[in-house]
Formats: sequence, C-alpha cells, structure tokens
Amino acid sequence: MLLNLRRSVVISVVFFLLLGLAYPALMVGVGQLFFKSEANGQITKYGSPLIGQHWSGPKWFQGRPDADNPMATGAQNYGPKSKLLLDFSHTRVVALEKEGITPTNDLVTGSGSGVDPDIAPADAYAQARAVARANHLSVGQVDALIKSHVTDAYWGFLGAPYIDVLQLNEALATLTGTR
Amino acid sequence: MPNDTLTSDGGALAAQASPPSQPRGVATSRSLFDREILLEATVASLKKLDPRVQFRNPVMFVVLVGTVVTFLESIAHPGLFDWSITVWLLLTVIFANFAEAMAEGRGKAQADALRRMRSETEARQLLDDGSERRVLAGALQKGDLVVCEAGDLIPSDGEITDGIASIDESAITGESAPVIRESGGDRSAVTGGTKVLSDRIVVRITAERGHTFLDRMIQLVEGANRKKTPNEIALTILLAALTIIFLPVVVVLQPFGHYSGATVSVVVLVALLVCLIPTTIGALLSAIGIAGMDRLVQRNVLAMSGRAVEAAGDTQTLLLDKTGTITLGNRMASEFLPVAGHDEEQLAEAAQLASLADETPEGRSIVVLAKNRFNFRERDLGSEHAFVPFSALTRMSGLDVDGRKLRKGAAEAVKLWVAAEGGRTPGDLDSIVERVSRAGSTPLVVADGATVLGVIELKDVVKQGIRERFNEMRALGIRTVMITGDNPLTAAAIASEAGVDDFLAEATPEAKLALIRQEQEDGKLVAMTGDGTNDAPALAQADVGVAMNSGTTAAKEAGNMVDLDSNPTKLLDIVEIGKQLLITRGALTTFSIANDVAKYFAIIPALFAATYHQLGAVDVMRLHSPTSAVLSAVIFNALVIIALIPLALRGVKFRPMSATQLLRRNVWIYGIGGLVVPFVFIKLIDLFLTAVRWY
Amino acid sequence: MSLTWTLVLLVAALAIAWRFLGSYMAAVFEGRVQFLGFLERPIYRLAGLDRTREQTWQRYGTSLVVYSGVAILVVYGMIRLQGSLPLDPQHFGAVSPALSWNTAVSFVTNTNWQNYSGESTMSYLSQMGALAVQQFVSASVGIAVAIALVRGFSRNGSPTIGNFWVDIVRCTFYVLVPIAIAFSIVFIAQGAVQTFAGAAQVHDVMNGARQSIPRGPIASMEVIKQLGTNGGGALNANGAAPQENPTGLTNFLSFFLLLVIPFALTYTFGKMVGSIRQGIALVAAMVLLFGVWFGFTSWAESRGNPAVAAAGVRYQPGGNMEGKEVRFGVAQSVLYDVASTQTSTGSVDGSNDSYTPIGGMGLLTGMMLGEVTPGGAGSGLYTILLFALIAVFLGGLMVGRTPEYLGKKIQAREVKLAALGALVMPLVVLVTTGVAVSLPAGRAGPLNKGPHGFTEILYALTSQTNNNGSAFAGLSGNTAFYNVIGGVDMLLGRFAIIVPVLALAGVLAAKQPVPSSAGTFKTDTPLFSGLVVGVIIIIGALTFFPALALGPIVEQLVHGKFF
Repeated sequence: MLLNLRRSVVISVVFFLLLGLAYPALMVGVGQLFFKSEANGQITKYGSPLIGQHWSGPKWFQGRPDADNPMATGAQNYGPKSKLLLDFSHTRVVALEKEGITPTNDLVTGSGSGVDPDIAPADAYAQARAVARANHLSVGQVDALIKSHVTDAYWGFLGAPYIDVLQLNEALATLTGTR
Repeated sequence: MPNDTLTSDGGALAAQASPPSQPRGVATSRSLFDREILLEATVASLKKLDPRVQFRNPVMFVVLVGTVVTFLESIAHPGLFDWSITVWLLLTVIFANFAEAMAEGRGKAQADALRRMRSETEARQLLDDGSERRVLAGALQKGDLVVCEAGDLIPSDGEITDGIASIDESAITGESAPVIRESGGDRSAVTGGTKVLSDRIVVRITAERGHTFLDRMIQLVEGANRKKTPNEIALTILLAALTIIFLPVVVVLQPFGHYSGATVSVVVLVALLVCLIPTTIGALLSAIGIAGMDRLVQRNVLAMSGRAVEAAGDTQTLLLDKTGTITLGNRMASEFLPVAGHDEEQLAEAAQLASLADETPEGRSIVVLAKNRFNFRERDLGSEHAFVPFSALTRMSGLDVDGRKLRKGAAEAVKLWVAAEGGRTPGDLDSIVERVSRAGSTPLVVADGATVLGVIELKDVVKQGIRERFNEMRALGIRTVMITGDNPLTAAAIASEAGVDDFLAEATPEAKLALIRQEQEDGKLVAMTGDGTNDAPALAQADVGVAMNSGTTAAKEAGNMVDLDSNPTKLLDIVEIGKQLLITRGALTTFSIANDVAKYFAIIPALFAATYHQLGAVDVMRLHSPTSAVLSAVIFNALVIIALIPLALRGVKFRPMSATQLLRRNVWIYGIGGLVVPFVFIKLIDLFLTAVRWY
Repeated sequence: MSLTWTLVLLVAALAIAWRFLGSYMAAVFEGRVQFLGFLERPIYRLAGLDRTREQTWQRYGTSLVVYSGVAILVVYGMIRLQGSLPLDPQHFGAVSPALSWNTAVSFVTNTNWQNYSGESTMSYLSQMGALAVQQFVSASVGIAVAIALVRGFSRNGSPTIGNFWVDIVRCTFYVLVPIAIAFSIVFIAQGAVQTFAGAAQVHDVMNGARQSIPRGPIASMEVIKQLGTNGGGALNANGAAPQENPTGLTNFLSFFLLLVIPFALTYTFGKMVGSIRQGIALVAAMVLLFGVWFGFTSWAESRGNPAVAAAGVRYQPGGNMEGKEVRFGVAQSVLYDVASTQTSTGSVDGSNDSYTPIGGMGLLTGMMLGEVTPGGAGSGLYTILLFALIAVFLGGLMVGRTPEYLGKKIQAREVKLAALGALVMPLVVLVTTGVAVSLPAGRAGPLNKGPHGFTEILYALTSQTNNNGSAFAGLSGNTAFYNVIGGVDMLLGRFAIIVPVLALAGVLAAKQPVPSSAGTFKTDTPLFSGLVVGVIIIIGALTFFPALALGPIVEQLVHGKFF
C-alpha cells in the first residue's frame, strides 16, 4: 500500500512534468516557430476568421444566428421538438424575409460552436440581392465576390464548401470602399 | 485384457454384440406422458409452490413474488384483466414445477421398481466356526460371509470367495441370459438383489449397510441428492444475472412513467418483468438435468454424478478396449495355412481333432471351419485318446489319439514343443506367422508330433458399423484410441480396419494409466471403460470412467459410471448424451432470450398507452388492444414452458457434426426461431382471445 | 459523394493503422520495443520498480486503484488551487468543490464529462497539467487493463498478468506521446490554437463588434483528447469550436484519431493470443454495429429538423443543421458524433441535443451498447471480451461442450465475472436515472420539456456511466446533485467493470488451456461475430428499450406537437 502510494506520487510527478508541461510547451514552441499566425488564432484587427461575429444586416453578409460570444461557446441545445426552437426559427425566418432574404437552412439554425464563422455558398447567394441593394452594388458584382470566397471542402471531400463571413465582409468593405 | 490367445473370457462379454442403447432392464422405458407420472407430477407441481422450494430457482421465485403482487392488486382493484394476469402468472410457476415434477416422476417410477427388489430377505451367514445362522439381509455388516445356493437372492453386494455359480442379473441389467460368477479373478463381484440359479457360492459382503449398489442406484434415479453440475451452476449464474438486470429495467419504469406523466399499472409492470426474465429456461433447467441422467439410466448406465455426465460431453479422447468394443469378443478361424508342403486338408483334419475338446468360441470356430471346408464330421474317437487342456504354462491345447500328439497354440509355444519332440521348425513358418499377425489376426500353429503342419488364422472380427461411429466421433472432435494387449503389428491392422485414430498395443495397466495422464496433461478430458481390478487406477484417473457391471467391485468403485449391460460400446452413447444435455440447455437459453424481443413489442406500447397512444406504432403485431397484448404475451410465456417440456425431457436432437455446423443449426432453430415464434403465437393468442370475446 | 470518399479514406486509414499500430502495440506490451529505455529506466528507479517483476491480478488492481485515487486527488487539488498557481492569465480562481470532484473523477475515469465551460473556468495549468495529463494516463490505464485481460488468454498457468506501472508508462511514452506530437503539429498547421498567450481582445471597426477570443495550449490537448478517447475539450463547444477543430481535415483526423486505438487493439489482441482471425472476429462485430448505427443516425439526420421545418424552412439540404457547423456539413458531423459516442470519447462537433429524436437516439444507444463498437481505448476491448465470453458460453453450450474461449474453459467463475462486468452499466444507468427523475433536484436539470427532457437526463447519466462524457447538453449539470451522482456513476462505470475484468484476467491466466479440436466451438468465424452482436444488442439495447420508448421513440412518434 505504502509502496503503491509512493509509486503513485512519483508517477504523478513524472507525468505532470513530461505530459503536463514538456509536451504542451514543445507544441507551443513548434507552433510559435513554424505556424505563428495559426498557433495564435489568426487574429487580425477585424477579429479572427475562426470566430463568427454578429453582423447586422442588410449592409453586411449575415452569418448564422448565433450568440457569437467566444467566451461562452456552445450550441443553444434546443431539442428537435422544442417550442423554443420553433419560436427561435420562426423569429429568424420572419426577420430574414423582412430583409428580403429567402431563409436558408444555415441562416435559420444555430451552429454547434455558437461562433460558427462560416456559411454555405447557398446562404451567401440567398443574401446577394439584399446585400447588393443595401450597398448599391449590382447583384452580379456581389455574386462574383461570393464566388471568389468559396472555400472548397478539404481535398474536395473532407467537410463541406463554406465561406468565411468575416473575410467575405472584409472583401465587401474593400469593394464598397468603407474599409 | 485379451492378450492371451486361447482363454475364453466367458460370461458377459459374449453378450456384447447386441446392439447398443436399447432401453431395458431397470430402465423400463416409459412413454413421455405416462398417465401415472402425469398425475403424480400434477400433484407435485402444486406442492412445489412452497416458497422455500421456489427460492432455490431465482428466476421462478421472482415470478412467484410477482404473482403475489398481482394477486394483491387484483383484490384491491378487481377486474378481468388483473385476475387473468394473476392466474396466468401462477400457471407459469405451476408449469415450471410440472416440468421438474415430470422429470422427477420418471425417476421415481424407476426407483420404486428397484425398491421392490430390495425386499428384506433372509441371509445365511457363515460364521467363523463354519456353522451357518439365519440373519436378515439388512443386518449384514461389511466383511461378513454369506452362503448362497440355487434359488437364493444374494442379500447384498459382495465378492465370491469360494465357488462358481450362474446368476440371473436381469433384475438389474434386464439381460435375461444368466452370467457366470466365480471366485478369484475379474468375475467375482455379485450384486445384491440378483439371484443364484445354480451351484453354491460363498460371498464376502463388501458394501456398508444402506450403501449397496442398489441403494445408490435408487438414490441416483430419484435424484435424491442431486447436485448442480458445474455447467448448470454457470448457467444459473447467467440466468440470475439476467433476472437481476431486468428487475431494475422494470422497476424504474414507475418513476420514468411518473416523470413523463404516464401512470403505469403495477400489474402490467409485473407482466413485463415476467416476460423479460428468462422464465422458459429457468422453468426447464432442472428438468433438463434430471432428464439427462434419466436418459442414461434408460440405456442402463448409472452415472455417480451429473458432473460425470457433463465431463462425458467434454471428452476429447476415448480409450476403447479392442475386445468387445471394437471387435466382437471372439476371434474366428478363417483360414488354414499349411507349411512345408503339407496340404490344407491335412492341416484342417489335425486342427479339428486338436480342437474337439476346446469349448472356447475360438476352438469351436476351428471345428466349424474344418467341417465347412472339407466336410469333416465329428468323428467317434477311438477308445485310446486323451485331451490336453489349455494351460497358461504350456499355452497349448490338443489331443493325444491313436499315438498322434496333436497340438495347437501360440507360435513360440508350439515351436518349443516341436523342438522338444525332436522336430524342427519349417523355414516358411515364421513368415506366415508374421503375415497373419500383420493382418491383425492371431496365428495358431498346429503340430502333429514333431511335425509342424501349418497355421490357423484366427481373425478378429471388427463390429459392423463401428467405423461409422468413429467417423462421427471424429466429426465431434473426439480422438479414439484402441487399447489392446495384441502386439503392435496386429493392433495396427485392426486399428486401421476399425478406423480408430490411434492405438496402444501390448497395453499394460501402467501403460494405460500413463496414456491417460499424458492426454490430461495436454488438457484433454479422457473417457474409458474397464472391468478388471487392474483397470481400477486408470478408471479413477480418467475423467469419465465407465465400469462394466460384470467387472470387479474395485473397478466399479473406481469409475464414475457403471454400465449395467457391460457393453463397452456404450461409451459412445454416453458421450452423446453428455453433449445433448449441454446442447439442450444452451438451445433453450438462447430461445428464451430471443423471445424477449417479441414480448417487448407487445408490451411496451401497452405500458404507456394511456399517455402516449402514438407508441402503438411500435406494436408491429397489430394486437387487438393494449390489455389483450399484455395478456397474450403472458399466456404465450406460460404455454411455451408446457410446449417445451417434451423437448427438455427428450433432449434436443443430437446429430454428430462439427461444432461449427452444430452451432449454425442450433442458432438458426433456437435463435432465429426464438425471435420469430413468439410473434406468430402472441398474435394467434390475441386473435383467439378476441374471437372468444374475452375482451 | 463527399461522404463516400470520406468513408473510403477513413476505412483505408483505419485498416492500415489496425495492422501496423496493432502489431506495434503488441510489441510494446510484450516488451519488444525499447528505444525509450533512457526515459523509462530513471522513472522505474525513482518509483522503486523492477520492471521485470510482474503482479498478480490483485496487486495489479490495487496499484491501479491506488494510482487512480491519487490522480483524482491531484486533479482535484490542482483545480481547487489554480488561483494560486501560475499560468492563469484570465484569473479564474478556484473551481468549486462539487464541480472539482466531478471534474477530477471525470478525467481520471477517461469520461471527460464537463460540467463547466473551459474558456471561463480552467487556467492553462489546469488544462495542461491536470486535465490533459489524465487524458494520456486514463487512456493508458484502460489499455493496460485490456492488455492484462489479453494476457489472461494468452498465458497458461501464469500467476501474474503484467506490471501495472510498467504497462502505463510504456503505453504512454511508446504509443500515445509519439502519435500526439505528430498530430498536434498537423492540427496547429491547420489553425488549431497553441499558445500560452491569454484571450485575444479584438474590436472590429467594421461592424463595431468587440470580442474576447479565448486561446491557450489547445491543439496539444485536442489531439490527446481524441487519441485517448477522452473527449474533454479546452472550450465548451468542444470539437465544434474553430480553435480546436478548424477545418474539414482536422475534423476527419479527429474521428480517425478517436477510432484508431480501439480498433487497432483488436489486432493487438489477435496477435497476442496467436490468431489474428480472433481479432478479426471481434473487429467485424464492432464494424457491423458501428456501420448500422452510423447508417441509421445519418439517415435520421438527413431528414431535417422538424421544428425548423415547422418554422418554414422545409428545404433543408443535407439535413438537420441545427447545432452543426457549416464547414463540416451534416454527414461528417454525424460521423464524428457517432464515432465519438461509440468510442467513449464523448467529444462533439455539434449539439447532440439538437439531433432529431431518433438521430439522438442513435447517439444515445451507441453508448448503451456498452461502449464496445469499438469503445474506449482499452475499455472497448475489455468490455467486448466480456460480451464475447457470454456469447461463447451460450454458443459453447449449443455445441455440447463446456464452453471454452481461446482454449480457456468458461465455467461458473468466469461467467460470474463476465456477467458482473457486463451488467454494471445498465444497472447503474437505470437506477440513477430512476433516482434523478424522482427527486426535485434531478427534475430541475433538463432544459427541454416533455420526452426530450427525459432523454436529457437519461443521456447525461448514460454518458457518465459509460465513461463517454458526451453531453446531450440541455441539462444544467453543474449542480450539487448532478455533480455528485455523475461522479458516482463515472466511478462505478469505470472501476466496477475494471475490477471484475482484472479478476477475470487473473483467473484465466492461471488456467491451463484445452487443446482445440473439431468439437471446439470456433470463435474466429462470422457466426461468432454474429453471436457477439446478438449478446451486445440484448444486454445493451434490450435493457433500455422501455426507457427509450418514453424518450426519443415517443418524441419521434408524436407528430405536430412541440414541447
């Protein structure tokens, strides 16, 4: 018993030093050395393409209807037959329709992270007309902008094609000269 | 051991050619549903409702407790449904008792027959001073001497110390032909309850009072101190575990239902519990075990424990005595092989004469062969003749007549004799003797004075159908080893003719024991038969030791089974019965568990019907109503026990095939069958209940 | 189409890993790999260990239990004291006692149930030095137990089953650490965060948004969280959080990593018992159940979310997107979640709570199968071996022999231990769920009403007892009641199975083998795989059927009603 205790303590200390400190420190070192931007969260002065933001339309492309609070990530966790989800989705549908946007799946549903930075290409195209009108651009211009910002699935099949809303809006701002 | 050429083993071995496994003797075969047994079982199944009896079977005990609960519910809230469930739950318990009582009843009937034999007889005790006194058989002590004469019942088990007698053992073995028992050697044991037909013998009692063979037999067939076998214990644990897990499954439905705003009827919960726990196998488990022992008794085999029967099913190596098991007990003369230019007729004539006085089957077969070949009649011998009987010393027998000295015997013995007579061995004799041996036959050399005439080939006749039996054993993964006292050449020839996997030639008791130990060290279970006292160590060492009833007391004490027919081929049957026992348990367990699926589909929708009628979608059988669904499932659950009693008592049909084939077959029948059958029958019961307007 | 290619790539990658990682692990546990001897030797010297001295199952078990107890204390102490320890850039301070207890038990039992949000609770030191350390070690402990049981089969007449300390040290440094280092680099390159810097404060001048973006040593934890089938992420959103799982590639690597050891251990098993076919029979049962469950869940999710449809979005391309991330899509999110629930990992890349009723049931029942398809690191193998023993017992009886598995006779003692180990999980889940729904403190937990609320409670306790740790969420778990009862469930779900398993290992190792013959029930056939599947379904799914009827089944069947 005493021997077991001694061994437990020794092993705990060794593991703490090697797995708890050395391993993550080594990884931080590698990250800071070779992948500085990625390892630090790709922060720019506008935010991070990893983290969704709240964009009040219709001047901006809108992301998913999330809380977008990175300090409290997570989904809204409404059940599939929950009145809360029904109400939430309904409110969202009404809001989108008011802005002249056809409600699409991603624009109505909350994400898994609560900070989903992306929308599907179809979600962007659904907003093209409204965005174009609000920014005094032609729908063609906006469509072209969207098209140039589609990121395909990794190797064409891992994951799904998406558009980072922050980067799309940055490009939009460049186009309209507001940035 | 048949390592001597010309002795006759006499007695019981002669009966060995009879086909195996014909039920007779004590084990009077009874129809499965003998009226008397049915009646007694019905009464017994009610008596067994005693909770103390039920407690021994955890599965059925839970059912009984459930019945009490529904009974109380029915009194509190009387209604047709509650009462129907209560009655059928009670019937479930009764049916389980009935199955066990049926199995026991068959044993009891046999025990009664045996008891009648044990009627108190008077015995003639032989005192030290040579005088006799009359005592009750029951008063005899171990070691007492008794005298039995023609017409007497032998009072207890013992060994003949003096005399020879023919004895009628039919009371125990069912074999009507009398057997010879004599003092000394391996045929000296007598069994209490058997009858002396001729002569006078002195018997030393070897059994303690109340522990005679008959007493033990009665206990065995009654299942009086039946202990659960290792496998049965393991299965009981699994069944208890399944019961334990289904208990909370059902109990928590009350709070679950409460949370969901559903009221759950206690009666339906109990019904669900009973349907989920493995009642089918729980009800039939002990019946299967008792019936397995009973099947052995039917074949005149007494197993001293259920453990031995199970071990028989696990056997991987069978040691089989050549004589009586693989070959017919007796060798038959098949060929006259003359040497040194003598002709066959000359040889045959001498051989016949030399065998005239030889009453052994071998001797008679020589006379018959000579008669058939050359039409020699039995001649009237001249006045001047003398028979020379066989002796272990000379290993020859023969006849002195008209100045001729005719001898026949083992090659070495005859060669010595010829040399002593001044003759010499012809050059071709040795090669012929070897050829005959190599063919698996026994050579007997015939000499007329100093002249060697030739060789008689005594052929070992392999039993018909034995090769097929060994093929079956091989399919089951069992290795057969032939044990023989023959030389390796002869043994190899017979082994290949009979199709055994291996043989042990020139076997001594020590070699036999060593072989068993070696197999066991490899982790194999070994079964063997034996009869002689010198077999006793091997019988004790073997995992399954079947002693012949004709054998010595020592052998019977050492083994864990006794074959009343003294038929060594029975070992193959015993292995099959052992396997069948396990298969029946496994098959019914699988069936029982597979049944749960259908019962779920019947009961779950009904459980919460009041709150969530939508769950009706789960009821794929489209049963009439929630209550009829529950009742139908409960009725099915009870009736399936009754329906499976014949299967439990008879055992699942056993076919020799490889484990993989067996498994596939049984998974199909009892696994898939167990999934499908209840769907059909629950629906049918529901239709019936609806038709008779129970609802 | 992309799902097809993903599955092809996954199967190919797992098949290769199965073969090579499997045989490598066998070599590690048979002591044939030595290249880190320079690291091992000083550790053994410090601990006073002779690495060649093996332990009986009782000593092995005692060491395991004592170590786990100490580990719980260490984690508990570290997170209670994190305010006074370095590397706490956001100054979170001490974690409450009830939560610390739940969390410590959770990480030591390989569960990683998290009644907290990482980004607002745990200091970097707690994440790295307390939680992530246990993500390595708890996996090693599970694998060590599995290997001990395998030794029970592969050894004959042996009084010992290995040395616990040597097993966990070797497993950690030879198996887990190299893979973790390699994959961490890929994750960082893909955008997973790995820094000691605190949260980034950004102010987007374009739309006026102010955000505080949590960072930390995330990637290094992310990889071992998957590889060790732990599941506890640095952030609350777990695998859905972009800082943890930034791209489709990392998502793929996530479910590859969490499946790889449990699957590969079946090869290790086959290799160590001397017949790869025996391992194939088990992996076939695992793959079959996994495939069916994935197919079912995937189908359920592809049909879309009923509430969203009722709100007017009838066209839901790809299926139910509520609670899922755009960059992964529905199908691959489902693949991740199914893999995660069936490996006792419990990481999520979306909201399991927002799955369709029967889709959620797919995840829930994936755990109820007992975490054997393929189950957790080590725990999957040792648990499926319990089911295999029960299958062998039933099947063996049906061929008329005292059942034997890999030459070892299965008798009363083995059946008792196997049944005990296999029945702990349903028993604990059902009883504690019964308690939870009966007490006000338990009933207060669920966020949703109606059958879904019931499912949330059932899911939480199923997840913890199975040491899965995935959350259906939607349950306020950080209450005294759920912290305590969850901790009890996790301990029982872990050690009440490990102890019988080790006892079984000891009993089996001591046995002499029975040579096989044509009469032996073959356990390397499809038929046997089928029997194992049957036993898993009966013990796992059937015991939960009534409870499921009250939860997801009725929720699915009720049309047009919202709760």
